[in-house]
Amino acid sequence: MDPFIRIQNISKRFGKLSAVDNVSFNLERGELFSLLGPSGCGKTTLLRILAGFEKPTEGYIEIDGQDMANVDPADRPVNIMFQSYALFPHMSVSNNIAYGLKRASLPADEIKVRVEELQRLVHLTEMGERKPSTLSGGQRQRVALARALARRPKLLLLDEPLAALDKKLRSETQFELVNIQEKLGTTFIVVTHDQEEAMTLSTRIGVMDNGKLVQTAIPNEIYEQPVTRFVADFVGEISFLEATVKERIGKHWLMDAAAPIHAIGDKNLKSGMKVSLAIRPEKITLTPQSTGSLNEFPVDIEDLAFYGAGTQYKVIGPDGMKLKVYQSHNQPSQANSKKLEKGFVHFLPESIIILQG
Amino acid sequence: MYSFLQKFGRLLVIWLPLGWLCIFFMLPLVEMVNVSMSEARRAVPPYNPAFQIGRDGISFQPVVDNYLLIYEYWEDYLWPAVNSVKLAFFSTLYCLLFAYPIAWCIARSNKSLQHILLVLVLMPFWTSSLLRMYALIGLLNPNGIINNFLIWAGITVTPIQMMQTDFSIYSGMILTYLPLMILPLYASLVRLDNSMLEAAADLGAKNWDIFATIILPLSVPGLIAGCLLVFIPAVGEFVIPALLGGPEQLMLGKVIWTEFFRNRDWPVAASIAIILIAIIILPIVYARYQDKEGIS
Repeated sequence: MDPFIRIQNISKRFGKLSAVDNVSFNLERGELFSLLGPSGCGKTTLLRILAGFEKPTEGYIEIDGQDMANVDPADRPVNIMFQSYALFPHMSVSNNIAYGLKRASLPADEIKVRVEELQRLVHLTEMGERKPSTLSGGQRQRVALARALARRPKLLLLDEPLAALDKKLRSETQFELVNIQEKLGTTFIVVTHDQEEAMTLSTRIGVMDNGKLVQTAIPNEIYEQPVTRFVADFVGEISFLEATVKERIGKHWLMDAAAPIHAIGDKNLKSGMKVSLAIRPEKITLTPQSTGSLNEFPVDIEDLAFYGAGTQYKVIGPDGMKLKVYQSHNQPSQANSKKLEKGFVHFLPESIIILQG
Repeated sequence: MYSFLQKFGRLLVIWLPLGWLCIFFMLPLVEMVNVSMSEARRAVPPYNPAFQIGRDGISFQPVVDNYLLIYEYWEDYLWPAVNSVKLAFFSTLYCLLFAYPIAWCIARSNKSLQHILLVLVLMPFWTSSLLRMYALIGLLNPNGIINNFLIWAGITVTPIQMMQTDFSIYSGMILTYLPLMILPLYASLVRLDNSMLEAAADLGAKNWDIFATIILPLSVPGLIAGCLLVFIPAVGEFVIPALLGGPEQLMLGKVIWTEFFRNRDWPVAASIAIILIAIIILPIVYARYQDKEGIS
């Protein structure tokens, strides 16, 4: 079966600068896909290409079997929710929502029914006559969402949909957004620089760096098996160790870092290869005494930050090797470990991500 | 000094210009009302002030004779008034039609170009308006540049009559007042968020539709400001029609000028001016009042 949305070899160059560089991915119907990346990575440009505001220098976009090359923004089965919301300040909430429906020349009574339906969907039933300037940030965001959904687009693009909201409202709105998406079954592409937001919202994430799509995978895989150092570093906390592959011992590879480290990796590793070893802070265990485990070495505790549910340590191992360690406070005694100055860390070979090149 | 500024700086910023306005704007206006209610006489000044502070103390003896006189001879003033309002109305309309696309282009061009274009818009103000009118006469005359060119090019045999027509009058009016329309329009158009236009396009609106439903309604404040800035001085204008129009174009401004300087009847001149101000101000005040009602 053909994919619902096919994005093939899209490039956009402004002069010599490549904003989007040969990006390809497919979406199934009803997916919630996040484009994740730092600002300036080209994710917003890609979104604007999908909306039709920018013409790609090269590439091909197909939505539900229809080629988008010569389709105006006004005629695309795509709608966009802007980061600034771009609500029309001189129109009431219901007129904002009805704007797209009126352009589609639907009969007046059907427009009325659909606007009321949308207002119910985003919990703004009582607000129909209000002007956008009298609404709170969260309410404005919901008007923008309802307006973008009004024409029942096949693809909805959301540019940093939660960036303008404060932290508490953001997490509530996040779940609300997923709810609405699941209820309607519309395909969403969300652009965000917030990795936590991308993790909780999406069915799949595409990480962009410098105009290129570096990795496309489910959130879990992005976190556990990043394919490049950039992805590993951008998504969540992580420590890197430079190492040389030494030899294969049974299922493990022995790595020559500041201390000998056992890791699990592909067969295509060879002795003498330079690699980066990456490890997440919560995969490391910090103990006061040696436990005699594999991959254990002594450390000095340099700094710590108390997070409530856990504590993050910065530790220095042999040969100045720096590691971030996160210990969750799942046992009462561990909350007291503040006084610790020296200790031992160990981690499983499975926890190590081997990054080549 | 610093603490003084800190303490009174805010008061100074507000009251200094306000005081200036009171002295140099309000007082002359009050004086004009005073003159309009005074009796004319052959002396210097050529009127007997209705309100005066002198050796005999304060006296206030207003007369309404001047207003009654205008009422009695209203037909003499009606046509100049109609001419003036007509001139102001069409000048405003033409300025609006020319200024809107210009303001739009300036507002949509990139920042550095915007500054250059705005300076170009203001450039005509750097020369005297009278000089610009004579330059226009040089262009439009029967033996002016345009006619000479048309005859040389063989497009016409006899010169085309452009001077002393509506065309020459409105050319002069547009030349003079266009910047006053462009600037407020530009100010409201430049604030228009581009994503608003994209949102409209994204929701299915085509060019003309976007203009009518988004751009035009959001530029209304600038549009009103521009129209007032052009209409108000245009009503009192008489130099441009006198220079560029025929002798039959009698404007209210010209009537006031004649009363002041030829007849030396200051009270009647002042009365006409006051009536003119009332005619202009009242609709504006009414519009503002309606506006406030609508909001609350």
